[in-house]
Amino acid sequence: MKIHKDSFWSKHIFSEDHKTIGKQFFWLGLFFLFFGGALAMLLRWQLGYPEQPVPIIGKWMWPDDGGIINPDIFNQMFTMHGTIMIFWAITPLLIGAFGNFLIPLQIGAPDMAFPKLNMISFWTMFLASLVLLSSYMLPLGTASGGWTSYPPLSSPAGGIPGLGQTIWTIALILMGAATMMGAINYITTVVRLRAPGMFYFKMPLSVWGLFLASILNAVFVPVIAAGLVMLLLDQTIGTEFFIAGRLASGDPGDPLLFQHVFWIFGHPEVYILILPVWGITSDLLSVFSRKPAYGYKVTAIAMSTVVALSSLVWGHHMYTTGMSPLLGKSFMFLTLLISIPSSMFFLNWLGTLWRGSIHFDTPMLFSMGVIWVFGLGGLTGLYNATVTADIYLHDTMFVVGHFHYTLAASVMFGSFAAIYFWFPKMFGRALDPFIGKVHFWGSFITINYVFFNMMVTGYAGQHRRIYNPTEYDFLKPLSGLNEWITIFAFFLGIFQFLFLLNILWTISRSKICEKNPWKATTLEWTVNYPIPHGNFDEVPIIYYGPHEYSRPDIKDKDWLGQNELMEVKKWQM
Amino acid sequence: MNHTITNYDPFGNASTGKLGMWLFLVMDALTFATILSGGLYLRLRTDLWPNAGEILNIPLTSFNTFLLIISSFTMVLALNSARSKDIDNLKLFLSLTILGGVTFLGIQVYEYGHFIVGGPALENALLQAGFSGHSSLTWNTGVYGSTFYATTSFHGLHVLTGVIYLSVILFNVSKGVGLEAYYDRIEIAGLFWHFVDLVWILVFTIIYLI
Repeated sequence: MKIHKDSFWSKHIFSEDHKTIGKQFFWLGLFFLFFGGALAMLLRWQLGYPEQPVPIIGKWMWPDDGGIINPDIFNQMFTMHGTIMIFWAITPLLIGAFGNFLIPLQIGAPDMAFPKLNMISFWTMFLASLVLLSSYMLPLGTASGGWTSYPPLSSPAGGIPGLGQTIWTIALILMGAATMMGAINYITTVVRLRAPGMFYFKMPLSVWGLFLASILNAVFVPVIAAGLVMLLLDQTIGTEFFIAGRLASGDPGDPLLFQHVFWIFGHPEVYILILPVWGITSDLLSVFSRKPAYGYKVTAIAMSTVVALSSLVWGHHMYTTGMSPLLGKSFMFLTLLISIPSSMFFLNWLGTLWRGSIHFDTPMLFSMGVIWVFGLGGLTGLYNATVTADIYLHDTMFVVGHFHYTLAASVMFGSFAAIYFWFPKMFGRALDPFIGKVHFWGSFITINYVFFNMMVTGYAGQHRRIYNPTEYDFLKPLSGLNEWITIFAFFLGIFQFLFLLNILWTISRSKICEKNPWKATTLEWTVNYPIPHGNFDEVPIIYYGPHEYSRPDIKDKDWLGQNELMEVKKWQM
Repeated sequence: MNHTITNYDPFGNASTGKLGMWLFLVMDALTFATILSGGLYLRLRTDLWPNAGEILNIPLTSFNTFLLIISSFTMVLALNSARSKDIDNLKLFLSLTILGGVTFLGIQVYEYGHFIVGGPALENALLQAGFSGHSSLTWNTGVYGSTFYATTSFHGLHVLTGVIYLSVILFNVSKGVGLEAYYDRIEIAGLFWHFVDLVWILVFTIIYLI
């Protein structure tokens, strides 16, 4: 194997080692997760206690308004909350950190296919983060057109004043470039660098999820990149792609084109975020049930089917744009079709648990949490996909509750499960199980209260982006519920600090733990911490699938590593 | 123990770098697809769109198209020389390919200059096409101007990238790299160049001819 000699700079800063880059993405994602979370807390304060001064930090943050969040700041907050959570928290955590860390280790590769491109990808992402954060220093503040930034809100003429939207667009283009570099790397790595015997249907489902997410990234990020470049040209040199009506100087463009381009990317994007979680959950349920994943191939094929279908459903975000009813119905049909493959792997998860010997470790609790919150998120999606129901529910808090169940709750629980599970491999130390369980139960109860009741307020008619719900008579009865949602959201936030403390405490205090604490079968557990640059001493050879648990023909242990040649060869004959 | 397990690889002997380039080209093709289909969408939604040849100079651009196709041909000849380790011909054909790209860019700059400076003839042509009060065609001249400049300049940037890319290859070849190992690099650069030419056929058809 290739031996790498690293200086301080090439080891920690401009590292080309996929594990270090994974950790860099991990810290970046964690920082933005708390940043976006803090914005969510402030948003909830305004919705629960409208136009009251924010306690403690309010006077210091907004002295001119007496500590009250004014409407402009509120708009900036929900815009940046969405943008940051989707592109700067979940994407770096799941695809950046775990994609980088897991793919080469789980398929038995020494590194990514293009290590230098991998390094450039992270630093492009870092630059994008600086650009995004710099927009806060603008005189009129950062972007405030919502995370979708539809024109004309994001157009210079008649849109939001200031440069915030322009900087937002530049940051997103840079972020898209980083994502595309990652996609090239991940796909090539999976296609090319699998160890001998690691056939596609022997890969762990986590790798399947990350691989499929990368394919979606490769296909759809270029689409939004082109759209964003057109938007940037509109914002800077005065082209008129998305400018219509009286705002246009001459022959008008069409803002609807941006919505199409945005959602052609935007709908697959939600699958990009959740595919890794589906894969990770499928694997973890198997590990902690000590049972092979039920219907492994069906799960892999069902996830691939979702990937294919996801490109045909973007119109369901645009039912209220005056779309032809026939087209609306077609999009509804295609969207509802997705529930078939989704139900297939969902039932497979239950099948894995069925009569398993379940170990309630922290990663397992979070994985089972994913089953619950993804189930609710998926079921409420059916209402949004149906044209008739959606025309009523469109742009209400019901939609917010729905996509937070799938994206915030499912994806975050999946990320937490992954962090608790792979922490011993990334940092050599196991996170404290007791704090982990408090973190789980605290988050589980509060997250369900918050997002379920958001759907209730939405069903009662509360619009998703209004500044002060108590200004409207028909929403006044909801003010008590809004207040309770805020209180539970604060507790949800507090439990995340427990998680952060657990991470910092474990890294600084705990002892190095054993190589394979969960008795898992996949390849990353065969190497000792710290894993050298180059990973495996010799190329592993793979004989078994990723879920060989509780085989009746092995007596002394209930698992069999993917590269462990069994002594009793009875099964192979 | 069976140590001779080999994974089935649908891409056969293609190098990892070539696989990466193909993936990049897929992504680049989708970017062009978005820009081109976005332009067609906007064209369907507006009444104000000149007919083919009313404003854009088709004969001049046809010559440009011819140049790019020829440069693709010289690129193939360069690759062929690299395969037979014929350094002199390799340098010649690479230079001709670069020359083709540079001339293409020069003509494009001339075309842009002609439109931006404008004049009575262009004003008359624009008036006939329905654009009243414009003496020049810029990216601000309605959505037509925006589409024309965005699409062609995005392609022009690709030609520029290709010219720089091939110049680096030519520089390395002149410095005397081992062609055995470098052949793959030349082939990958060639892939990019052919892609840029291929996309131009679509841009030419959609922006100029229809």
